[in-house]
Amino acid sequence: MTVRSIRHGDASDGGADAVGGRLSRVDGPAKITGAAKYAVEQQLEGLAHAVLVESTIASGKVRAIASKAAEAAPGVLKVLTPDTIISLRTASDWFGTPPPDKPYCPLARDITFSGQHVAAVVAETFEQAVAAAALVKVSYDETPAIVDLSDGKAGDGIPVDAMTKEWGDAQAAFASAPVRICAAYNTPREYQAPMEPHGLIARWEGDHLTVWEPSQWLDGMARTYAEWFGVPFENVRLVSPYIGGGFGSKALALGHGAVAACAAKMLGRPVRLVMTRPQTFTGYGGRAATRQTVTIGADHDGMIQSIVHRGVNETSIDGMWVEPLGSVTSIMYATPNFSSKQNVVRVNSVVPGAMRAPGENPSAFGIESAIDELSYEVGIDPLEIRLRNYAEQDPEAKKAWSTRQLREAFAAGAERFGWARRTPEPRSMRDGNQLIGWGVAAGTYPVRRAYGEAIVRILADGSVEVESSSIDMGQGTYTILAQTAAETVGVSADDVVVKLGDSRFPRAGVTGGSRLAGVMTGAVHKAATAALDQLVGLAISDPRSPFHALQANTLVVANGRITAPRGDGPDVSISELLESVGRDRIEAVGDTMPANSSAEDRYKNYTTIAMALPHTEGDYSRHSWCAHFVEVRVDEDFGTVRVSRVVSALDSGRLYNPKLAESQWKGGIIMGIGQALLEEGIMDRRHGRIVNNNLADYLVPTNADIPDIEVISVGIPDLHSSVLGGKGVGELAIVGMAPAIANAVFHATGKRVRDLPITLEKLI
Amino acid sequence: MRDFAYLRATSTEAARQAAALPGAMLLAGGTTLIDLAKCGVAEPETLVDITHLEGLDGIAVDERGAMIGALARMGHVADHADIKGRFPAVSEAVWQAASAQIRNMATIGGNLMQRTRCPYFRDPSNFSACNKRQPGSGCSAIGGVTRGHAVLGTSEACIAMYPGDLATALVAFDATVHLGERQLLVDDFFLLPGATPDKEHAIEPGEMITAVEIPASAAARRSTYLKVRDRQSYEFAAASAAVGLELEPDGRTIRDLRVALGGVATKPWRARAVEDALKGKVLEPDAVRAASLLAVEGAVDHGANHYKIELAPRVVARAILTLGEAA
Ligand SMILES: Cc1cc2nc3c(=O)[nH]c(=O)nc-3n(C[C@H](O)[C@H](O)[C@H](O)COP(=O)(O)OP(=O)(O)OC[C@H]3O[C@@H](n4cnc5c(N)ncnc54)[C@H](O)[C@@H]3O)c2cc1C
Ligand code: SF4
Repeated sequence: MTVRSIRHGDASDGGADAVGGRLSRVDGPAKITGAAKYAVEQQLEGLAHAVLVESTIASGKVRAIASKAAEAAPGVLKVLTPDTIISLRTASDWFGTPPPDKPYCPLARDITFSGQHVAAVVAETFEQAVAAAALVKVSYDETPAIVDLSDGKAGDGIPVDAMTKEWGDAQAAFASAPVRICAAYNTPREYQAPMEPHGLIARWEGDHLTVWEPSQWLDGMARTYAEWFGVPFENVRLVSPYIGGGFGSKALALGHGAVAACAAKMLGRPVRLVMTRPQTFTGYGGRAATRQTVTIGADHDGMIQSIVHRGVNETSIDGMWVEPLGSVTSIMYATPNFSSKQNVVRVNSVVPGAMRAPGENPSAFGIESAIDELSYEVGIDPLEIRLRNYAEQDPEAKKAWSTRQLREAFAAGAERFGWARRTPEPRSMRDGNQLIGWGVAAGTYPVRRAYGEAIVRILADGSVEVESSSIDMGQGTYTILAQTAAETVGVSADDVVVKLGDSRFPRAGVTGGSRLAGVMTGAVHKAATAALDQLVGLAISDPRSPFHALQANTLVVANGRITAPRGDGPDVSISELLESVGRDRIEAVGDTMPANSSAEDRYKNYTTIAMALPHTEGDYSRHSWCAHFVEVRVDEDFGTVRVSRVVSALDSGRLYNPKLAESQWKGGIIMGIGQALLEEGIMDRRHGRIVNNNLADYLVPTNADIPDIEVISVGIPDLHSSVLGGKGVGELAIVGMAPAIANAVFHATGKRVRDLPITLEKLI
Repeated sequence: MRDFAYLRATSTEAARQAAALPGAMLLAGGTTLIDLAKCGVAEPETLVDITHLEGLDGIAVDERGAMIGALARMGHVADHADIKGRFPAVSEAVWQAASAQIRNMATIGGNLMQRTRCPYFRDPSNFSACNKRQPGSGCSAIGGVTRGHAVLGTSEACIAMYPGDLATALVAFDATVHLGERQLLVDDFFLLPGATPDKEHAIEPGEMITAVEIPASAAARRSTYLKVRDRQSYEFAAASAAVGLELEPDGRTIRDLRVALGGVATKPWRARAVEDALKGKVLEPDAVRAASLLAVEGAVDHGANHYKIELAPRVVARAILTLGEAA
């Protein structure tokens, strides 16, 4: 989609086009006016509609699918079952691991979870497909399901050796520590619940496939489609103009996409398939349910001697999802002795997936609750104990932090929040029936780095065009890339047109792990610098240029005009210069790949995550950091918890656009409030099915649940982390919110809730 | 969802006749009905749209009481100055229900008729057993997820909670439902599930709600609706109380008290035992708290909904005490 920036003309724009300016979202007006057309809103000639039929048991086999009645229903074009759907090949995973050479069928005969796709009906209209899908009768041979982690049949699970981290002798140090705490922390299944449900339109033209689909990773998904259908990567085009929220759930091509693309191929017509809201709870994975035990051994001054951490997360019967539960545990505090191990347990669920800060989020709930428990045990202020155990370097990698403004975050947050006025005793602050509690917790997220590619064109009218196959799911890619190109070339952001969301554009890796802004500003900066160099080069050396006679070494481009450094000479616009030298455009491709990268490396970089750089590569350990200060009010009689104040100080390095970064942070904080107080997939254990699979019953916060949130940026440019000095923004702020709230609830009530969410029955 | 015929009624009489035919259903704001049709619970053959009928959306309030037309929108009722003035609990019950968007669409008649949120009731393709949907098929909720289910008025056949807020306020103030000529106390209009949970209201085919009438009372004038819920807005009650209070001229003795519970019972639940225990007594916190425990006499929990038995009396007590303080 093409987006040109539109100035709101109010103070919110701050008049700043450059990187670091508070430019409003350039895609905002299109979204607010309804002009933004989302993937499945494309109007295509001959569009047919597919609707999925899902398993109603959690474990067993499909005995038979009776589809006669559906086939005979009005408007029905085809009923797809495992027997009638065309065969696909298994695709590689997101690491690019070569797949087993076996067929892949997106419709299941072997049922491993409730809600699995077993059939699909394609009809002329959506309504006809829905009506006919209800006529498909599936019979099963049911076997007992393992419903969740607490199921007696679940067992201890499979050790994930790659997650083991150990130094010193943690068990012995714990045994001899004068102060010991040990507790278990649980987080339930949580769901991304994006407003825009998953869905797609697939169209074949010969052996070329076009897919309009919301996507956090065009090139990765295009690769999967290509491998499924055995066509060259270049034959698949993915178009994803806008994304109505992803939160990690839209990075991979999924079974429903395969069904729609098969249907389109079988019918020779474009096919649209959109998940129903209930299907968004089973069509792909939310956050895995987790269980952690954290034991801390310390001395009476609260100095940590040992941390022993054990974690377990759910995965599916035939898929593997590891939610790295020791990720924050191992780096937040200095400890001479440490041990963390993790198992995964197979249950009859859809394979869990990425959801905002996978790993770090539940990990922080464990360690940041546990250190709070320790603070009461030794009678030291929860903020003070964190400072005493401050990790001056990465305790795990034993490397210097690239930047770690966490101490500054604690200081700035505490100051704004008024932490010094806190009375230490639980239940010591109240307002009528409301018990008031103040809690603190820290969060962190690693800087994930990868490579990106962009094209920058300077056009005859003096405007600048940027193209990239990266995407904007609301986080502001359109806007910051416009700012980057504007600043680098020397034009106003109004004169930059950014085109994203089409796999035909120069490539980008996954938009996940908060890496895209750092990657793409780097690529655009590089391409724009190359374009600018060409422009200036032409102006200096082309005999037709008005600057030719000047014999300058360089020129200044600012506000779309070209001048000599000392202002002694011509003053022409970019378009006038291009005209005088007889060019209709200047074009430069930039990428951040190492110079000698092969074509294969490039392909791998953009279509897998195998090439991502470890955050501890080289001499530094790179992370974003934050500190949350939270006030809750707990009704003494009702047990209801309301968050009444949040002050968070965050270190995301340099901010490319503070307004957008603040919005991302606030979004993470809000999602963290939901996680702490509301969100939970509720299981019918007899059927192994999540029953609150809709937005009336799966509660996310409303405006009324959200107080004023104050965010403070304490970051400084971190050039070890990205070309322009930014670190991750999008995921950071959710990390640590749930424990900050749980800690505040303890301070308010004296009750420690270790199972999220903190619902009222846990407090009355 | 299957194909259905759509009919726009031109008169109340025509609407009644059309709706009496098998497979026909009245359509008002549609916020319950269309939802249930999408989940495959309601399968109307004909929808009889009554939203264009004239004269059914009025709200008239005088010293005798309020008459609210069946087609009055929730949003209008909540905002109506005289409803706020003379029946604050009614206004508060309505504005705390659903969301602003839904309140702008939804009607008072449809609101009374809203169905339970029992997740098993709403998912026929996964849970075939539901006595409310399919008499005799069993109850999927018993032994399953019951956090939102009723603790009062349940039967072996069904433990579904009635989720509406408005009706809770209405039963507290002895409101009546007008079904054309016939009138019924709201309390009698809602039926206990007993052995026939499919039959929720004392309404016969061919009948239609035309209005709701609330008699004026001093207790209604000094009333409140307290709704406790998991999230602050756009959420059904975990437990709620509609309470009205009239004090003797001494300003401390309770002359009249009305208490009804929402979110905990199979129908809007008048708690007369609490009223009787406190009438004539001095309004005093310990007495109020003790009497409020009577609100859940006979309550039966099904595991995860046990908290409602603890919570409901506290909600009642808080509501009474808050009204008392506002003296
Ligand atoms: C997400 C969500 C949250 C909600 N939260 C709340 C809440 O917190 N509290 C609350 O109280 N409610 C809540 N509701 C319910 C909402 O208030 C009702 O859906 C609404 O009041 C129904 O009114 P309607 O006009 O849209 O009815 P419709 O959907 O048109 O009709 C509902 C039923 O009533 C019948 N009917 C309609 N009018 C008449 C009549 N005049 N005579 C006889 N039968 C009639 C219809 O045939 C149908 O069976 C919520 C609903 C949703 C979807
Ligand atoms: S509680 Fe009532 S509505 Fe729910 S499943 Fe049982 S019978 Fe059906």
